[in-house]
Amino acid sequence: MSETLKNPPAPDLNAFLAAIPYAQFLNISIDQKGNEITTVMRFEHKLIGNPVLPALHGGAIGAFLEMTSIIQLAFETGITSIPKPIGLTIDYLRSGKPQDLYGRAHITKQGRRVATVHAEAWQDDRAKPVAAAHGHFLLKAAEE
Amino acid sequence: MTNDFQLTPENIQMMKDVLIEHVPHARALGLTILDAKHGESWLTVPYDKKLVGNLETGVIHGGVITAMLDNACGVAVQLALPERISIATLDLRIDYMKPATPGETLVGHAHCYKVTRNIAFVRGTAYHTDPLDPIATCVGTFMLGANRAAPMPLDVSVDLLKKFEG
Repeated sequence: MSETLKNPPAPDLNAFLAAIPYAQFLNISIDQKGNEITTVMRFEHKLIGNPVLPALHGGAIGAFLEMTSIIQLAFETGITSIPKPIGLTIDYLRSGKPQDLYGRAHITKQGRRVATVHAEAWQDDRAKPVAAAHGHFLLKAAEE
Repeated sequence: MTNDFQLTPENIQMMKDVLIEHVPHARALGLTILDAKHGESWLTVPYDKKLVGNLETGVIHGGVITAMLDNACGVAVQLALPERISIATLDLRIDYMKPATPGETLVGHAHCYKVTRNIAFVRGTAYHTDPLDPIATCVGTFMLGANRAAPMPLDVSVDLLKKFEG
């Protein structure tokens, strides 16, 4: 009858994102369908790293994957403070075309303090990722 | 085949033009080249509120450090090569040691310590003033001659680059 809260209420991801100015700088938004989160980095000229090809800047792609991981962590763990990256390894698989970039992340393992996350970014074809990253994030500092 | 590539002030200026000034994302971040020599580069990003990753603390987002180190590594690789060829990042691993201090300028130093026929190996450090007190360190590998498209040649005219900027 009455609804019981099995899970904590999902955090407001847009509010979470709004507290990260760098996410606005990179034009990152969230496309949420139920419990599936896709991040989008809308193309803008300032994201170009190689004007001759042209191609997206590798650093912007890396930052996008880091942000995608952080957003997934915020959604799944319900933490309100922003997770701190400990380490991030980025594989660059294809050059990023001057168009929108999409990202998804999944938490490989969540511990009490540290979570391991894998993230991928793609453009036209999800089976042909532009880059993949795997990283460790500190969820909260040790009890003070 | 000797490493006789000399960095003259003109060379460094051209590098600034081609590798930074005409890279829209580098310009958007406020990246500039502090110094460079054979196989090494020092880049800097001034503190800017738009690059903050956490409004409560004012700390710069880790992604900015990633972008700076990626760029610094790319420049270091270019400067380790005897001629201009196109390069592409294969992988980059970043370890974050401590948060950047709000209000302070970031410096990224990268050193390309080995070049083989196909791959260049590079490592880097991000810090404020003391390289021995790092904010982050990185290691990366770059593919040489990666794209069929032409590399960004240092002797390309600035007019040509402007054309690409659209």
